[in-house]
Amino acid sequence: MTSVAVVVFPGSNCEYDAARALESLGASATLVFHSAQDLSAFDGVVLPGGFAHGDYLRPGALARFSPVMSALERFAAGGGPVLGICNGFQVLTEAGLLPGALQKNRGLTFLCQPETLVVASTRSVLTRAANVGDELVIPINHFSGNYTCDDATHRELVENDQVVLRYRDNPNGSRDDIAGISNRAGNVVGLMPHPERAMSSLLGSADGLVLLRGFLGLEPAFSGR
Amino acid sequence: MSDETLHRALGLTDSEFEEICSVLGRRPNHLELACYGVMWSEHCSYKSSRIHLRRLPTEGPHVLVGPGENAGVIDAGDGIAIALRIESHNHPSAIEPYQGAATGVGGILRDIFTMGARPLAVMDPLFFGSLDEPRTQWLVEGVVSGISGYGNSVGVPTIGGELTFDPCYQANPLVNVLCCGALPSDRLVLGIASGVGNLAVLLGSLTGRDGIGGVSVLASAGFEGADGAESLDDAKRPSVQVGDPYEEKRLIEACLELLDSHLVVGIQDLGGAGLICATSETAARGRVGMDVDVSAVPLREVGMQPWEIMTSESQERMLAIVTPENLDALNEVCARWEVRATVVGRVTESTPSSEGEPVGLLRLRDGFDGPVLGEVPAASLADEAPLYDRPMARPKDLEQRWADEPHVLEGEDDGEVLLDLLVSPEWVYRQYDSQLFLNTVVGPGRDASLLRLAGPGLPASERGFALTTDSNPRWCALDPRRGTALTLMEGVANVACVGATPQAVVNCLNFGNPEHPEVMWQLSEAIDGLAEACRALEIPVIGGNVSLYNESGGADIHPTPVLGVLGGVPSLVSPPPGWGWSEGDTVLLVGVDRASDENPWPLAGSSYAARSAQHGGRPGDVHFGEFRRTADFVAGEVARMCAGESSDLTGVHDVASGGLAIALAEMVTAASCGLRVENVVRDELFSEFPGRFVVATTNPAEFVRRADDARVPVRVLGVAGGDSLDLGSSVRLDVDALRQRSRRALDDALGHQS
Repeated sequence: MTSVAVVVFPGSNCEYDAARALESLGASATLVFHSAQDLSAFDGVVLPGGFAHGDYLRPGALARFSPVMSALERFAAGGGPVLGICNGFQVLTEAGLLPGALQKNRGLTFLCQPETLVVASTRSVLTRAANVGDELVIPINHFSGNYTCDDATHRELVENDQVVLRYRDNPNGSRDDIAGISNRAGNVVGLMPHPERAMSSLLGSADGLVLLRGFLGLEPAFSGR
Repeated sequence: MSDETLHRALGLTDSEFEEICSVLGRRPNHLELACYGVMWSEHCSYKSSRIHLRRLPTEGPHVLVGPGENAGVIDAGDGIAIALRIESHNHPSAIEPYQGAATGVGGILRDIFTMGARPLAVMDPLFFGSLDEPRTQWLVEGVVSGISGYGNSVGVPTIGGELTFDPCYQANPLVNVLCCGALPSDRLVLGIASGVGNLAVLLGSLTGRDGIGGVSVLASAGFEGADGAESLDDAKRPSVQVGDPYEEKRLIEACLELLDSHLVVGIQDLGGAGLICATSETAARGRVGMDVDVSAVPLREVGMQPWEIMTSESQERMLAIVTPENLDALNEVCARWEVRATVVGRVTESTPSSEGEPVGLLRLRDGFDGPVLGEVPAASLADEAPLYDRPMARPKDLEQRWADEPHVLEGEDDGEVLLDLLVSPEWVYRQYDSQLFLNTVVGPGRDASLLRLAGPGLPASERGFALTTDSNPRWCALDPRRGTALTLMEGVANVACVGATPQAVVNCLNFGNPEHPEVMWQLSEAIDGLAEACRALEIPVIGGNVSLYNESGGADIHPTPVLGVLGGVPSLVSPPPGWGWSEGDTVLLVGVDRASDENPWPLAGSSYAARSAQHGGRPGDVHFGEFRRTADFVAGEVARMCAGESSDLTGVHDVASGGLAIALAEMVTAASCGLRVENVVRDELFSEFPGRFVVATTNPAEFVRRADDARVPVRVLGVAGGDSLDLGSSVRLDVDALRQRSRRALDDALGHQS
């Protein structure tokens, strides 16, 4: 069984949801406190949504100093699949595991609403089971989801096929409608929308399934590069 | 300040001061007087309302905890209990909208996890003055961002509420908050101190000077000025607390872990009246005494006096009662969650009174073995405030007001009226995380919210639960008794739309100055109306809150009882129908048929009447039997669909504020498919009374047969189709135009760019 660590920082709040979604796909999910120093026992790591360390200073700015982060760096460097959802994405950019930054939404309000995402690349652990051009309805839930980066970084992201998901109708001002990106290797992915909230038509959408199934490697194998 | 005037500055009357002297057998010192000042405030003691509240029915077979505790609790089945509470944070929000609303959320969450329940959902009924006033816009933006800022980061979804604008709330907005939590039934805990020698441990934030006198200075007095900035009462701003959702989040996790591992004997939140309230209430409930070392309380600022320490309303604090053996284990859990834990008290033996009754003494000391700074019977603070039967007066011109029935205006463009009344609350609720915990099947903006009964640490269950908050201050201003009964019916109709049967109600009674006899009459009538409706519909009241002194410049708000109705759905595996329909579906009006009534389409208290400044008339009479039959029928129809059975229903919506016209406008907008209704009179379009539902079906013959079997009246309104809404000869509106107008209404009023 695929075994996934869901990292809990003080202030995280989507850890139970992420674990429940992964377990509904047959994975075993373990809540791992941010003081952990070793993640090598796991097949994958999820940084869930929430407000790690209260988002003090700015989202992710303190979490990057949590003890677990050096273990996460080693895990990622070894090619292990890492997924940052919402606040987890913010933590990954602050930690330098993904380029760019998330700033306040264009409208300067929190936004919780479903968005249509367009799959832009399948060369990542998150999107490997989807097809380019697929439209997925997945909720967003953030105040600081406005993705930004400099021109050189943006060029690199596009050239290396690291933009994995785009908003169809950009809700927050993100550069190039970017909703999610990966690192160059494709094993570290961050996205602002919440795939774990779109696992069942009872809750409005089951479009998150294809993403999390891909992450768990339950669909056609990741070809990588 | 002299002794003669100190008690008045603390909000105590001369006779209350005499009473305190007689309880103690001596004059209180300053510290003791300050403690009585907050504990005997209207906010804490319910001294004006308590004798009336006793008339509410509070019992039911599934009620585990009724009113008087931190929250009401019912048995929801499958080994799960649901805790429910509603509160107001009106005056703090009027003065500092962001922090006022934020700390309102924080406070009610603590009431819920104090019971051992994990908070799962919050709802916020909000009432403001006219939206074209700049001050109202400031309040709306501040309150909504306060709820969003605190609620989202503390990790509890905000799943609904309501939004009302009326000039009576201009200087005194209402910010109510309801919270619902769930727990394994066997983890239920109460805020009781017991076990002589056990320790009282203060958990969470440092204690500062924020919020001192919040319950007495702020919550138990009206505002001086009549309008605008003059009514701000700037001097009261220091009585507003400041919230920290990150501290609260860690406090929730630490407390739930302490409860899960049975490390605490009892637990109590620190809310209004702070440490003095928590220590005196836990001691009084346990019939024990407590020694509190005031000098042990960790402080945020230097030089705080004992009375400030005891009455501070600094947020994010809890009091846990723990055996000495478990202190180390408690400290370990708290350290992991970075929650401060400090022993501040010890449970002591009660002493016999002169009549031989056990009396628990609350002793405030400087050091556990140091000098006693104050000593009072705990119960005298917590339970023995004087109760008042304040004078009541029925308004002299009531009959005259009732006779002044509103009517539809000749020459009015009903389409324009409809557009004016159609306001989507989306701008508010898209700022709230409404989905956390993966339970939200129906979120904000609909008749009622519907959630799965699931959460971390709960036994597995297929059940669902529905929540709604309802009020109708215009009905209640005209007839508080009938208006409150109708409000409960409205709540029951709302939960029926998502398939739920009502199980419990909580009330937040927002009224004006209880020293005005007419306000006391309104309060008493509203309680009687609620009691009648609860008995007729067999729903117990499991908790409530009374907020008085909602006045400014001598003018009281409309009586505003806000009711939170909790309903149960036995099986929730499939979503209920929404507000939409498909082309070709038959649209029906189900329920109470009043065509033979003397006044079949009452407009009194309706949105239509308010828009045309017709403030008279009397809300329609209640028909409990017929109403209940209809609500049960609709709930049953929807519940079968939730359970996964095949169904011919495609849309269900209750006819409420704005009447049939607004219900249909909301449905064509949701469906993106029009409707033509031929046989409808103008009065019926805008008349408001609960017990009517718009239902869309793919099989009208079969649906009508089932309704006939249930003896529920049904009338065909039309067949869905086209791209406009046509009502009689007076309304013809394009569906797209309706959607645009409704979605933009709040943004436009608040001056936001599209």
